[in-house]
Amino acid sequence: MSLVLDPAGMAAAVDRLAEGLITGLQGQTAPVALVGIRTGGVPLAERLRARLAASGIPTSRGHLDITLYRDDLYTGLEKPLLGDTDLPFEVTGTGIVLVDDVLFTGRTIRAALGELHDFGRPAWVRLCVLVDRGHRELPIQPDFVGLRVETQLGDRVTVDWARDEVLLR
Amino acid sequence: MIGKDLLQLRGMPRETIATILDTADQMREVGRRRVKKVPPLRGRLVVTLFFENSTRTKTSFELAAKRLSADTLSFSVSTSSTTKGETLMDTARTIFAMQPDAVVVRHGCAGAPHLLARNFGWHVLNAGDGIHEHPSQGLLDMLTIRDRLGSLDGARVAIVGDVQHSRVARSNIWGLTTMGARVLVAGPGTMCRAELAGLPVEMRHTIDDVVRDADVIMLLRIQHERLGRGVLPSPREYASFYGLDLARLKAAGPNVMVMHPGPINRGVEISADVADSAQSVILDQVTNGIAVRMALLYLLLGSDGAPETAGGTSHAAD
Repeated sequence: MSLVLDPAGMAAAVDRLAEGLITGLQGQTAPVALVGIRTGGVPLAERLRARLAASGIPTSRGHLDITLYRDDLYTGLEKPLLGDTDLPFEVTGTGIVLVDDVLFTGRTIRAALGELHDFGRPAWVRLCVLVDRGHRELPIQPDFVGLRVETQLGDRVTVDWARDEVLLR
Repeated sequence: MIGKDLLQLRGMPRETIATILDTADQMREVGRRRVKKVPPLRGRLVVTLFFENSTRTKTSFELAAKRLSADTLSFSVSTSSTTKGETLMDTARTIFAMQPDAVVVRHGCAGAPHLLARNFGWHVLNAGDGIHEHPSQGLLDMLTIRDRLGSLDGARVAIVGDVQHSRVARSNIWGLTTMGARVLVAGPGTMCRAELAGLPVEMRHTIDDVVRDADVIMLLRIQHERLGRGVLPSPREYASFYGLDLARLKAAGPNVMVMHPGPINRGVEISADVADSAQSVILDQVTNGIAVRMALLYLLLGSDGAPETAGGTSHAAD
């Protein structure tokens, strides 16, 4: 097991994401929402919203639980409990930044896009992740990345939001 | 986690009931969306096989299946060959040939769903078997109570009416007591006999005896087909001794919730003003029924194993 990010590294990565978003969102005319993907994306979206708000950029808050949109429901694994989805703003016409902690195969993002579009037609969708660990199985790429990490397929990358650490094992 | 079938609440572990209720709680959010449909059961077939009349349970199961993107097929006894003498097993074999993933069955004989579950590979959901059980109704009632009271543990639930012949009452009694609730029952002697002694309930004889100690009053429908057969003299007599009217509701207190599995007989087991009062949660029960049935279909069918795609990794890993 190795430490990919310690608390200082985590703060720097979140800084990079916030700065990237501030630059990337300049000149956008549509209202913007930061939507965390449960569960790991929710705390990251909260931190980024606070940073954007401090820079005078208001964003709406929302979160998605993608369990019902997964493509591996029937693989015989024990299903995780359903979580809630809450998008308390008009999705149609809003620019949406999907936020997740770790980007891996891309299947979670595909599911999130499917779910999002059942709520309306966003003005645009961007993807923001703390860690991109590679091994994509779908043509999905992030727009904002905190850190890219080389991993083996069988590795596990976990983000501990209580201790502000990212671990690789 | 929950097994292959939903046959009865008797013997169902507390954790399983809690998982179903928690899942149903989340499913309600889907019902508040503009597009009230999610994809997990796409391409699966849910057959409703009803040997007894039903409108609300059948439509509730069908709507639940549709909201999960499953296909539904309704096999009703009045249009099928059972009226021509076909046996239950032969009807089931015919349905089996259509390759369903789940069958929702209601039958006048207790144990009919168990028979199908033992003999066929598909998931069986009991939608009412004789006077035995109606488990999805019990679960939706429990969800409705949990919403209002916060917890089922320690809740005092009074069930009033024909407990003897009620599968709704049986499922509620088993489920509620497993979750730590106390169940009081009251009804005419012909409808609450000593056979109930085997059930984990406190039996009392007048409605006034139970409502003053209850957080929840659950009324059962008086089945008109039973009237005039030595069980009950008249609907009016039942209403005056066991009907819930405004005076009795006042005595019960302003926080008591009133439930009824429907369809209601206004003026018999429940007065019109009580049915329409703010303390009545009868329509919440209908909405919760869809969510509970979505949870059941999702938990039962979602655990089916399918061949994993080569090289594919699961979401659990990211």
